[in-house]
Amino acid sequence: MSEVKSKKLTFKIFRFNSETDYLPVYKNYELEITKMDVILDVLNRVKWEQDGSLSYRRSCRHGICGSCAVKVNGKAILACKQNVFELVEIFGEELIIQPQSEKRAVKDLIVDKKDFWGKYNAVSPYLIAEIDEHPTCENIISKESVEMIDEADYCIQCGSCYYSCPAVNYNENFLGPAALAKSYRFTADERDSAKTDRLKNINQPGSGVWDCVKCFECAEACPKGVNPIGKITRLHNQVFAEGVALNNVATRHAVGFKDSIEKHGLLDEGELVRYSEGNIGVAKHLPEAFSMLTHGKIVLPWDMPKSENLDEIKTLVDSASTAKFK
Amino acid sequence: MKKLKYALFTGCTAKNSTPELMKSTEAVAKKLGIELVILHEASCCGAMHLQDFDDFLALTLNARNICYAEKHGLNLVTICNTCQLTLLQADERLKNDVELRARVNEKLAEVGLEYKGTSKVRHFLYALLEDFGVEALGEQVTKPMKGFNIAPFYGCHNIRPTSLHANVNGGENPYKPTSLDKIIEAIGANAVDYSSKNKCCGFHADLQSSPAAKQMTGNAIADAEDSGADMIITPCPLCHLNMDVQQKGAARAVGRELSTPVLHLPQVIGLALGLTPKELGLNHNVTKVDFID
Repeated sequence: MSEVKSKKLTFKIFRFNSETDYLPVYKNYELEITKMDVILDVLNRVKWEQDGSLSYRRSCRHGICGSCAVKVNGKAILACKQNVFELVEIFGEELIIQPQSEKRAVKDLIVDKKDFWGKYNAVSPYLIAEIDEHPTCENIISKESVEMIDEADYCIQCGSCYYSCPAVNYNENFLGPAALAKSYRFTADERDSAKTDRLKNINQPGSGVWDCVKCFECAEACPKGVNPIGKITRLHNQVFAEGVALNNVATRHAVGFKDSIEKHGLLDEGELVRYSEGNIGVAKHLPEAFSMLTHGKIVLPWDMPKSENLDEIKTLVDSASTAKFK
Repeated sequence: MKKLKYALFTGCTAKNSTPELMKSTEAVAKKLGIELVILHEASCCGAMHLQDFDDFLALTLNARNICYAEKHGLNLVTICNTCQLTLLQADERLKNDVELRARVNEKLAEVGLEYKGTSKVRHFLYALLEDFGVEALGEQVTKPMKGFNIAPFYGCHNIRPTSLHANVNGGENPYKPTSLDKIIEAIGANAVDYSSKNKCCGFHADLQSSPAAKQMTGNAIADAEDSGADMIITPCPLCHLNMDVQQKGAARAVGRELSTPVLHLPQVIGLALGLTPKELGLNHNVTKVDFID
């Protein structure tokens, strides 16, 4: 592709009007594309030269406002940043331009982001601090403190991570990667005075950090390098470090790994499930445990394999541990 | 071709709930003349969950795991996507952060070890593709899987994030991965194209967010089934546990019947190489593998 200066391509674009249409359609638009063109050029030229009714959001054209976020062949992109030929390299010449979330489409590529903004607001996305309104000197923040926040502050609220997150798709209460990364932006800010409340907020079962499925779709989708799942992991760590971890299946599941490693080196899968769920909760796993047993997939406690040189592992668990669980 | 030899990090699952993964990996390696030195000293990788509780401890344990491959002077291969992710994350962090590496090595010194960063950390799938070669693999096939429609299920932690994996997974694109498709073609079968092939099975939230996780598993299997798959294959034992052992529960979660055999990658390769179902541990698969006797 690199030698080709221009190429005729057909784009399939999602068309839908929630006020008049029952189902969406994909319409084809043919354009001559140069190697400099980005997806926003495609959308603008379709609107200006072929079909003025095509609707999409756009504003800054510099990758900073987050308005033009769409998907192409399922990949979240900012239309103003994404080169078309790069997409052809990945997907071939059949490029399908879709809204971020089809079920939230209002008009063509425009989606209703009210759930995104609702969750964003639910993490109080602003600094909470007693501010001296008449300071007499600068409030200097160390380089190390700034580095703690670092990339979490790059978020432009485009929604690319949120609408790529399967946990959001299957659990409408999950706060999602953007709001959680924003929460970390302030729990890691030494000036913020609401750290404990923030951690209690994102620690709730059903909506908080424990409902992340660890798929890394958010890290892949983010056009600004925020790496939301990396921030979610740090939130997990902070929940334990600040002593606000609840005693529930999710926290016991994380802690149970350490206990098992200390004892066997390896994970005792059955014991981890029992410890996480508790003696009563574990009962719901009996049907699958039975089918595993009959297929030779359960190691009985007395046969549990152990790592060789287990003493080294015990020494390291003792010496390198940094976290506590009440 | 020079004899291939790797240090095998088995992960816990292959020694616990998926003995068939262990059997089939060893059987396929033997058949292809690849030597695997099992790292019996290795510990659990933490599976992204110990990392949530105690990141430094998980990092130190994984540095120790890599040390044992280094002691053998071998590159390390994994057979679980999550082991691959956690070991590679540890490896990258230790390579790029001198201060962190010094802190970890201080701990490792207490047990007489030092992380040097000399062993490449790769999933066996990519070692097979890059070092053995897909054409060479095709030449070893004695029982082509002709007529079978096989749905590849890639599993998240081999393909995302690209920034981490690009150097060890052949630059696989997470939005259009091809490695398993190539292997399926090499063993004479048809690769099923379906939109869930690079999606998440939900394993890591199975206990914490069970309804969502089960729906994710169920929809992925349903998508493969509706796209004409005779079976699903995966390089990850955690995806396998969800899709195979929990297939009935996943079916209930999505309100429909599901019955598609799910094989580990080395199980399907092994069948094409002429290995017997017993050698490949197919008797351990919970969802009936209905195309073998």
